[in-house]
Amino acid sequence: MKDDFEKLLDQQPEKEPEPQERPALRDIPVREELVPRTVTAPDGQEIRIDPLQDYYCQAGPTVQTPAYTRIIEDLFNWARAESLWILGFGTGCGAIEMRPLMTPRFDAYRYGIQWRPTPRQANLLVISGYLSVKTLKRAIRSYEQMQNPKYVVGLGSCTINGGMYWDSYNTIKRLDDYLPVDLYITGCMPRPEALLQGFDDLKKLIRAGKAEGANKYAENFERYKTNQKRVIKDWDMPDYSW
Amino acid sequence: MSFEWIMIPYSLLTLFIVINYGLLLTALMQKIGARVGRRHGIPIWQNYIDLLKNYSIRSSITHGVMFYLGPVFRLTGGVGLLLFVPTIFGSEMFSNLSFAGDLILALYFIFFGSLGMALGAGESGHPHSAIGVSRGLSQVTTSELPFALAVFAVALQYQTLSVNDIVAAQQGGVMNWTLFTNPLAVAAAMLSFLGSMMRPPFDVVLAPQEIPIGPPTEYHSSYLALMQTNRVIFPIAKMVVYMNLFFGGAASWPVFFLKIFLIYFFSLFIGVVFPRFRVEQSVRWFLIWAMPLGIAAILVV
Amino acid sequence: MQTLISQLQTRFQLSEFILQRDNLAFVTVTREQLRPLLLHLRDKEGFTHLVLLTAVDWIEDNIFQLTYLLGDRTAGCDIGVRLMLPRDVASMDSIHDLWPTAATYQRELREMFGIDFPESPRVDEDFILEGWTDLPPYRRDFDTLKYSQESYVDRLGRETKDPAAYMKLKLYPDEDNDG
Repeated sequence: MKDDFEKLLDQQPEKEPEPQERPALRDIPVREELVPRTVTAPDGQEIRIDPLQDYYCQAGPTVQTPAYTRIIEDLFNWARAESLWILGFGTGCGAIEMRPLMTPRFDAYRYGIQWRPTPRQANLLVISGYLSVKTLKRAIRSYEQMQNPKYVVGLGSCTINGGMYWDSYNTIKRLDDYLPVDLYITGCMPRPEALLQGFDDLKKLIRAGKAEGANKYAENFERYKTNQKRVIKDWDMPDYSW
Repeated sequence: MSFEWIMIPYSLLTLFIVINYGLLLTALMQKIGARVGRRHGIPIWQNYIDLLKNYSIRSSITHGVMFYLGPVFRLTGGVGLLLFVPTIFGSEMFSNLSFAGDLILALYFIFFGSLGMALGAGESGHPHSAIGVSRGLSQVTTSELPFALAVFAVALQYQTLSVNDIVAAQQGGVMNWTLFTNPLAVAAAMLSFLGSMMRPPFDVVLAPQEIPIGPPTEYHSSYLALMQTNRVIFPIAKMVVYMNLFFGGAASWPVFFLKIFLIYFFSLFIGVVFPRFRVEQSVRWFLIWAMPLGIAAILVV
Repeated sequence: MQTLISQLQTRFQLSEFILQRDNLAFVTVTREQLRPLLLHLRDKEGFTHLVLLTAVDWIEDNIFQLTYLLGDRTAGCDIGVRLMLPRDVASMDSIHDLWPTAATYQRELREMFGIDFPESPRVDEDFILEGWTDLPPYRRDFDTLKYSQESYVDRLGRETKDPAAYMKLKLYPDEDNDG
């Protein structure tokens, strides 16, 4: 299954066909609270405020190198692999296959897999199923708020090539254009056993030090942002959500 | 009171034992809870891995000075509470820094961490943190009330404010324990204990299943690891106070482990049986059921 | 149902009812008839529930059809009121004052079909799509496959098989599969 996928990746042409920009039929209004405005301070001074520039940190992500010696990094990678904290963010119908993992039958807690409700504490984002453009925006923000060693797993056919939503006007077809994906789990939907197998493979990747998605994201930040902004037409957030 | 330098390594040794025992005990309690749900639950060493993982996160984000200090305050509360009450009664090594008025100090330390946490979480600016803090403080405050009353009842009963003296008064047989000499105070304190252990039915503040996970919403990497460390020290420290005040203290480590386990198990036992309360329900519950017991305890003494 | 229909027909001079089932009938009305008919059905005949408000794009006839489906919860019967709008000036009076829920339907229709409902609350705000710049996607002249191919990059290696032929081939490989 994995070999097929790698073969498939090899088939990709070097130069990707650039999607053409469709002419916009209407302009998107900027959200009211983000419109630049002039306010008068209590001392009478006039201040110009551009919320998107002034209220948010503009710095992009940086590459965080493994700062320790090989042996300590290996130890850390082992700890990261054995303690996968999943962000509880179900993007599509695949989320329904994640819930059984908590139940007595599958019990993913045995493998150090837990669900966290906040992106700050999670280190694994599971894109569960199809991703509409609207959800993609939220997924990007959630992903960016996670802290550096962080992993993305694409769940189901929809994240790989669009799946049954291949001709939909509103769902993306290749997740790795927008987020650095470490691992795909095929199926429509994959069974919980397939998920456990996938997490097991992810653990092997992490232990081998190959799951450096966050650094990949920082290195290719421009490319990811171009792709993201091409589909998210109403980009009304800072380029990187700290 | 004379100060011996040797007490510092002794205290550190206490801390070391308690951290490891806490890490294992917390995981064991989760496992027992999972077994009730017919799951196997986390591995017993999972807490160590989580801790290591969180310390090994490469990036972290700060929201200001208080955001740094929040977990530090919290850890101070846990460690301070542990060190200012005698862990093992009658042992030169593990009596730590206990002194004549340490009961009052212990009461203060129990609350200290929550306050520091409130300030830190407030600075993170996340609305869920603010919700969590207001929920947490109102619940902790009401659950502290019966405990404070029970402590005063015990202090009145033994006419002392030193934990050491209270433990000494309970020696010489099970029937000398406060549990039997002043059952009302113990009942009030144990009800209050449920409220401060962050287990069901009183865990709405921190439960990960709640969408606002509470004060730690914005905490991550090393901050979170520091708080996790405290999450294993603080309950043990608190249970040490309980053990000393109500259950005759412990004269050796095996007795200590056993009694702490049983006290912890009490809250777990309640937790797996009863569903979660909302904050206003739990506040009302403490005021209606636990408070009168505490007042009665004082009146009886 | 029959008595109700004949009563309505004499009162409102309606066109022919289409009786789909014993408890489901449709009628086509003009723009002026719609509001009095809905009010009468809601207040006098017990059709208190607006089940749905949806649209159909009859692109060949250059019209949009709006369907107001009303339900009588106690009697268990429904009446669908149809209304034809010209496609090029697609605008209709809002009924959010009769059923507050209608405002949500009208927002959706505005976004997905481009049918305007002036004075309906928040009708111009984004409903499901965010930052949509193209034709309203439920209009039939919007080509969703073309849009999808132009906006989202395909992954190579995807193949499509006719389900019937493919299953026949897999299940009965020995039989003649030409036909």
